[in-house]
Amino acid sequence: MKITLKVWRQKNTNTSGQFETYKLDHVSEDMSFLEMFDVLNEQLINEGKEPVVFDHDCREGICGMCSMYINGRPHGPKHGVTTCQLHMRSFKDGDIIVVEPWRAAAFPVLKDLSVDRSSFDRIMSAGGFVSVNAGNAQDANNLPIGKEIADEAFMSAACIGCGACVAACKNASAMLFVSAKVSQLALLPQGQPEAKRRAIAMVNQMDAEGFGACTNTGACSAECPKEISLSNIARLNREYLSASFTAQVD
Amino acid sequence: MALTGLFLCTFLLVHLIGNLQLFKADGGMAFNVYAVFMTTNPLIKFTSYGLYAIIIFHAFWGLYLVSENKKARPVAYAMVDGKANSQWTSRWMGVLGTIILAFIVMHMAGFWAKYKFGEVPYVQYERNIVDGSMTYGPSAPIESKKEQFVSAETGMEYTIVKDLYTEVAVAFKEWWIVLLYVLAMAAVSFHLVHGFSSAFQTLGVHHSKYNGLIKFVGIWVFGIIVPILFAAMPVYFFIQ
Ligand code: HEM
Ligand code: SF4
Ligand code: FES
Repeated sequence: MKITLKVWRQKNTNTSGQFETYKLDHVSEDMSFLEMFDVLNEQLINEGKEPVVFDHDCREGICGMCSMYINGRPHGPKHGVTTCQLHMRSFKDGDIIVVEPWRAAAFPVLKDLSVDRSSFDRIMSAGGFVSVNAGNAQDANNLPIGKEIADEAFMSAACIGCGACVAACKNASAMLFVSAKVSQLALLPQGQPEAKRRAIAMVNQMDAEGFGACTNTGACSAECPKEISLSNIARLNREYLSASFTAQVD
Repeated sequence: MALTGLFLCTFLLVHLIGNLQLFKADGGMAFNVYAVFMTTNPLIKFTSYGLYAIIIFHAFWGLYLVSENKKARPVAYAMVDGKANSQWTSRWMGVLGTIILAFIVMHMAGFWAKYKFGEVPYVQYERNIVDGSMTYGPSAPIESKKEQFVSAETGMEYTIVKDLYTEVAVAFKEWWIVLLYVLAMAAVSFHLVHGFSSAFQTLGVHHSKYNGLIKFVGIWVFGIIVPILFAAMPVYFFIQ
């Protein structure tokens, strides 16, 4: 296939960027989107130009690194996949594809398509953990947890921290990410002792990082590669609301 | 936003039920008497000041939110495929709300301010107590807001009130006013198709048992029935 790419090029955080247009003549439809970028970069290197910087790691949909905003959608046109799992057969011969980095005040562009997502790490450091030593794996029935609760916690824990929710949201809100991280602990007994502190600390950190506020458009969940549900956001709202009324202040 | 929004939804229902009296074929008596009640009852007066405060809070906090949320993405995307992942109503809440705000200002200036501070002529209803038959006609202004008495001699009940009903009927003979009202009700509809269920999500109410009901009420009651009944009022007077 022949593909025309319009790619965002930006030297560093402090400069403004612009689109560059590249033409690729021999793209296989079995290539992943990232492999197509590998081909582009080889072509650029052969031409003596600077390759496009983009984040990637596992290339199997579990690390959450491959942040690309493709034709107006995070991770491109497919539902429930990351960019590394997107294949060129999802496009047509002769297509023009526009690729931008995640755009959010809290995700500054480092270079080209690579953004700094350490704001997510700081939200996690603020409370996305259990402080007690949980010890070795327990006997399966030691701690009774309903199957449907365990399933729900597991689905929340599927979040890979990719940031597509922020990228998709018109408010650049991180509510889906934060709510998944709060939920995976709030649903389980191990998360209870610190539940109130956690909800407040993570929400405060999220606001401090400059993410927008949630207005329930649902774009996050629709674009999430792990299909994290909006019920997590409702749970975070409940947790935060009740914590702000009842948490002990020290 | 959620609490003030839901309060405004309740207000819409009350306002609608009251105004449905416009459809009563009694020369506007029920509506005019209701208008007196709404402007004199102390509890209603108290609530209405709360209502004004809540509208102002909801509007300005909402628009502040919109502008803060814009700042969370200082560099805009070159290409956004919004319809791929969300309803347009949810993305246009600020604009829809601003249309509603402009409408509320116009609406209050047109009817509420005129009724309270302007010159509205009085009307006198004469109702035969025995057979209920009624006649009405203009009356000289009176000191109080309403006079209602029964005369044993004539067997008639007399009611004298400000004739807001005729003000409404005359205003809705203007095609552009009717059009503005209908468009504003469309904005209310779209605002609430998203807003009503959104408010529950904001309050943390999200449960497979109730989600369907909340969506249903948001779309059918606040998105369709309420705006259509409101919009029917100007249309009814226009075609009459
Ligand atoms: C009859 C009048 C109105 C009613 C019944 C109403 C109702 C609602 C409801 C229920 C919400 C959802 C709240 C939430 O998701 O937490 C909402 C959101 C909103 N309203 Fe209104 N509203 C009205 C008038 C206005 C006006 C006059 C404005 C502004 C000029 C406005 C601006 C907004 C904005 C910007 C939002 C979005 C906030 C968000 O999505 O979270 N509204 N409204
Ligand atoms: S909630 Fe979904 S979109 Fe957001 S960071 Fe987690 S996996 Fe990515
Ligand atoms: S590269 Fe790891 S999820 Fe795409």
